[in-house]
Amino acid sequence: MNSLSRILAILRKEVRQLRRDHLTFGMVVGLPIIQMLMFGYAINTDVRNLRTAIANQADSHLSQQFVAELAQTQVVDIVAHVDTPQALEDLLRAGEISIGVYIPHDFDRRVVDSTRAAIHLLVDGSDPTILGVANQLRAMPIGFDTSGRNKTESLQVEVRPYYNPERRTPVNIVPGLMGVILTMTMIMFTAVAIVRERERGNLELLINTPVSSAELMIGKVVPYILIGMLQLALILAVGRLLFDVPVRGSIVDLYLAAAAFIAANLSLGLLISTATKTQFQAMQMTVFILLPSILLSGFMFPFDGMPKFAQWIGELLPNTHFIRLTRGIMLRDAALGDLYMEVVFLVAFTLVAMTAAAMRFTDRLD
Amino acid sequence: MNGEFAIKARGLTKRFGDLEAVSHLDLDAPRGQIYGFLGPNGSGKSTTIRMLCGLLTPTEGTATVLDTEVPGDARLLKPKIGYMTQKFSLFGDLTVLENLQFIAEIYSFPKADRVGRIDELLDRYDLIGQRKQLAGTMSGGQKQRLALACSVLHHPELLLLDEPTSAVDPQSRRDFWAALFRLAERGTTILVSTHYMDEAERCHRLAILDHGVKVADGTPTELQASTGMHIIEVRADEPYNAQALIARIPEVASVTQLGVRLRVLMPDSVSDPIAAVNGVLQSAGLPANATLSSATLEDVFVAVTLEPQKAAA
Repeated sequence: MNSLSRILAILRKEVRQLRRDHLTFGMVVGLPIIQMLMFGYAINTDVRNLRTAIANQADSHLSQQFVAELAQTQVVDIVAHVDTPQALEDLLRAGEISIGVYIPHDFDRRVVDSTRAAIHLLVDGSDPTILGVANQLRAMPIGFDTSGRNKTESLQVEVRPYYNPERRTPVNIVPGLMGVILTMTMIMFTAVAIVRERERGNLELLINTPVSSAELMIGKVVPYILIGMLQLALILAVGRLLFDVPVRGSIVDLYLAAAAFIAANLSLGLLISTATKTQFQAMQMTVFILLPSILLSGFMFPFDGMPKFAQWIGELLPNTHFIRLTRGIMLRDAALGDLYMEVVFLVAFTLVAMTAAAMRFTDRLD
Repeated sequence: MNGEFAIKARGLTKRFGDLEAVSHLDLDAPRGQIYGFLGPNGSGKSTTIRMLCGLLTPTEGTATVLDTEVPGDARLLKPKIGYMTQKFSLFGDLTVLENLQFIAEIYSFPKADRVGRIDELLDRYDLIGQRKQLAGTMSGGQKQRLALACSVLHHPELLLLDEPTSAVDPQSRRDFWAALFRLAERGTTILVSTHYMDEAERCHRLAILDHGVKVADGTPTELQASTGMHIIEVRADEPYNAQALIARIPEVASVTQLGVRLRVLMPDSVSDPIAAVNGVLQSAGLPANATLSSATLEDVFVAVTLEPQKAAA
């Protein structure tokens, strides 16, 4: 009974401190909103309006028709017409354009001769995304192809984008972003919350009172679970209102998955707090976890496309599993049962990290 | 069971790597008294206090605090002791009242008496005007009074105070000591570390620590009576020159200038210390007046911390 009242005392204290700490409170609410706006509006893998220059040496009716169709795709934005491919290279090197389209003088004949390239695309390949777009342009049919050989010979593959038919980036980004935001705030807040007390000397006072380490940890962690849930609600609301991101599965499943994920991150935060001495170190450790959580979790790049080694690291990160859960539940209407392995991982991660933290957290100073 | 001593330590030692912070310390602090730790910074006072309340594990030796083995049974000890850290360790972003409430909750102080106890402490430690003030915005003296109020809230049997007055003005220090005496009168045992001589003088008993070693202990009077030194006070017109001359006398253990006076320590094996001092000053033509004086605690401190060097010489 005393134990419970001690936990409540710590909890009450945390909430009081949090209410006075306007910066942290602002972060709790501001961070998810800012990140949502940033990622939601700025990141767009659906590339349009690439600056393009044309060197049309054929200047035939067919070639002009092709240029007009190219412009209609809106993928490219034709900003210049030049005479030679060398001029295209100069523009490319100067960074004026991303794509140069060179149409040789014998374009009309090349079109019907499938052994020779009718068009040369000079692409700034240093950006793989642009290169990918250029590859898409290859598939563009060239009209007035009287022989029709191109059409019959090229393999027709129709892609049907399930779950995100409009191919809008936010639909994919937002479920992943939930994991990134929660990783950042949950790990950082718990790690800092304990390290700050150590730095300020509060911990020396606390461990001299009847409070046990377990009571202290629980009392400190519980407020942040609630904060995590609040952030989740905020992200879902912003996703819904601004980006029309759906939640096709059960919202209860989503919150259960989030609870497991938040627990995993909080225990990781506790573990970090036992290994660091200053708030600055705790921040650094958080970034150390955050970077792979962004890059290797499948949030930025498709998980299957990563090298095996990177995948192994990714598998160890809670965010990887949470992103699979959120994308599954929100976009594919999956049930928690379909994805139980991910939940099992998160629970196991929590247990391991908690045990390690409890073992490392002593009620002594040495 | 109620032993005669609140604290008993035998051979208490703490090493941090190669540094021996506390070395083979024996300690007996009687119940209901104020026991002082006197020593310069780095002499092992804080380390000893932390070992006694179970915060640090001794490298060697044993300690029994309030009949409890530390650090083994430190959990049982915690409700019975109050601890005031050297640095202010309450919550600066909570108000005075909230800090006290938090401490009362943490110690499971009976709910019915909580409000009364907190009001009593606010009144006694002159914090009524600050009750709604954030603790972090208070003055050094106010913070110290709040820290004391929080450490005694649960009526501890033993109060451990680590340099409690290092950040406060002389008036606050006087008030603070008055509060300590009141607590001791009611039966609280107090262990207090300090580097102020005047504070050490107020303790019932004290131990002098130097580089982790206890170099003397006893009541202030006992210590002053057993320095093993002659204390000679010299008034000279040119104290600086006189000091240089006196320091050259081989038997002199230490010379300290206090304004126009010099305090000279010489082992009591020297038969006529006055003549020895007057001799060098007169032969140099410096007018001076040397008289024997009784030892102050500062003289005791100088005398006992000299020992290792003298032994080495």
